[in-house]
Amino acid sequence: MRDASGRPGRVALWVTCLVDQLFPQVGEAAVAVLRRAGVEVDVPLAQTCCGQVAFNDGFWPEAARLARKFLNDFGGAEAVVTPSASCATMVREFYPLLLRDDPPAAVRARDLAARTYELTEFLVDVLDAGDLGARFPHRVTCHASCHSLRGLRLRDQPLRLLRAVRGLELRELPGLEECCGFGGMFAVTFAALSGSMLHAKMAAVEASGAEVVTSTDCSCLMHIAGGLSRRGSAVRAVHIAEILAAR
Amino acid sequence: MRSVPIDFVRASEAALADPVLHASVRRAMVRFRDLQRAVIEEVPDWQALREHAHRVKMHTLAHLDRYLEQLDERVTAAGGRVHWARDAGEAQRIIADLVRARGGRAVVKSKSMTSEEIELNTALQAAGCQVVETDLGEYLVQLAGDRPAHLIAPAIHRSTEEIARLLADRLGVPVHDDPAELTRTVRRVLRRTFLSADVGITGVNFAVAETGTLVIVENEGNARLTTTLPRMHIALMGVEKVIPRLADLAVFLTLLPRAATGQRLSSYVSWITGPRRPGEGDGPEELHLVILDNGRSGIAADPVMAEALACIRCGACLDVCPVFERTAGHAYGSVYSGPIGAVITPLLRGLDAAAQLPFASSLCGACGEICPVRIDLPRLLLELRARVMSRGWSGPMERMFVRGWTAVMARASRLRVAGRMARWALRALQGRRVLPYPLSAWVRYRDLPAPPADAFRDRWQKIRSSGGAQP
Repeated sequence: MRDASGRPGRVALWVTCLVDQLFPQVGEAAVAVLRRAGVEVDVPLAQTCCGQVAFNDGFWPEAARLARKFLNDFGGAEAVVTPSASCATMVREFYPLLLRDDPPAAVRARDLAARTYELTEFLVDVLDAGDLGARFPHRVTCHASCHSLRGLRLRDQPLRLLRAVRGLELRELPGLEECCGFGGMFAVTFAALSGSMLHAKMAAVEASGAEVVTSTDCSCLMHIAGGLSRRGSAVRAVHIAEILAAR
Repeated sequence: MRSVPIDFVRASEAALADPVLHASVRRAMVRFRDLQRAVIEEVPDWQALREHAHRVKMHTLAHLDRYLEQLDERVTAAGGRVHWARDAGEAQRIIADLVRARGGRAVVKSKSMTSEEIELNTALQAAGCQVVETDLGEYLVQLAGDRPAHLIAPAIHRSTEEIARLLADRLGVPVHDDPAELTRTVRRVLRRTFLSADVGITGVNFAVAETGTLVIVENEGNARLTTTLPRMHIALMGVEKVIPRLADLAVFLTLLPRAATGQRLSSYVSWITGPRRPGEGDGPEELHLVILDNGRSGIAADPVMAEALACIRCGACLDVCPVFERTAGHAYGSVYSGPIGAVITPLLRGLDAAAQLPFASSLCGACGEICPVRIDLPRLLLELRARVMSRGWSGPMERMFVRGWTAVMARASRLRVAGRMARWALRALQGRRVLPYPLSAWVRYRDLPAPPADAFRDRWQKIRSSGGAQP
């Protein structure tokens, strides 16, 4: 059901397995932000994981099983919105590849990919949202996740929303295009490399002078927050949905 | 050439333990990236050029036999001789025989990673030849008994101080910390070597099928000296270096220097069509082209992986890779390092020999974005990972983890139960550093996340009925 301007009036929130199980406050914030932007939110409770974990690690048959389940869980939605650029990239860019030996599923995947959005992308590119009435009086720097930068080609979308937040002082992050070192299983298989990349990212975050580091991705933030906590840093990691929902 | 599987995890940890190495590489990488960005941004149709170059390469690879035959014919017509080598051993024998037939002892070399791939120096030395690398970086690496660390900057992992000490040690010159003086020292040595060399061996950047022209791109002039001073020039190229027409060169010569060194033009581009002709003042009496397969035709015939052979060896993917930056090239266990090495080495040597390499990436995508011939490197890494895993290559813990994960995620009811157990376990493990893998690897550098009391899905009914904007 679309409203007079052709915008989807109702979206299916793809909460992602990580947000669902470990960061439910991010899911709550996403619901609040979407509602404030004037759309109704459904949460298909059959949803689990998109299969990215298995896919990136080379377990494609397992990933394809979860991809087919995802297509069933979300196939009927007018639009699918998720607070994770990484997961959105999985559906948009990699489902057609993963499902190439199953042409009917690949067709459904392409169809769904065209209706799947990362949260800030949906708010800005589809709803043309700017000021959502948020207030967050802190110095904030925004970590551009690799999947948001290169998977979805998001540039200004998160920043436009952050600039409209009352009291928020946006700080530039040095080395914005450099990976934080998470990379799923990479973080444990090549722990020392991942750790070295994490240290560089934390140094950049601290050099920005921010009190809070935010991102469109809980996965990067879990890794960065874990590192900041380990080194006793005062900087907090907060998902962008939480900032946009803050009052 | 090596049968022991490459242990990237161990090699990278060893490299990480050397902070000087990381700092040296980082400094050079950042300089490269800035130069590259500047000269790429000034080309208005960069994306169209990449696309064009990609198409030319893919077309050539799809008709490799035709273009290679044409190349053979034209090089021969221009007075050169063409030799075909199926593998490294055959290429070594062909080249050693050519040098021997010339009665040669002194060999100068320039610009050839392919000769590193087939370990040509070792073979020539075994045949009694003296081989001297003439590219500055490669000369330093050779002097140190080391291997090149980067496709176009072989000594990138060495600091100026290390190089000064190396030259003082090996050449008996005073220790200088001025790079210009160090370069002058090496040049003096190399000039003498060039003048006394019997044979010059080079690589090839592009071989034009239409005309039989070999194109060599460089900055130091050493390739030009190598191809003109000795009486015999042997050029070694992988089959993928052929391009159809001279007209295609314009595109590649725009892309290559910008992506490789951040230059608009290289200082020297040599176009070599045949040996010296009667009446010409310089150039070799004999020109030999050795065309090497060494597994490449198998890659070209692989519909998914053929793309890897489009590589023009500019090294740009190394320069933007956070993993390469921290390991220098050596951890990849091959002359081809960085993202392209992680793809090509398993293809050339076999998946079993290099099964870890496709995983040595956080999949950040920077390599795919910079590649001037638009090779989708992250996708190729993913495809190789799938091949590695389909061959059953994985740690048992990893397989158990992914299979278990998939089984749980197959049903929301299982996720609900497993999630509750995981959060309970996570609470119990807070603050602990001694944990089983993979948590042990996580807590080496990070604390565990503090788990919430319940999952989003358990809160949803309440949120839904609240209806308003405020959950």
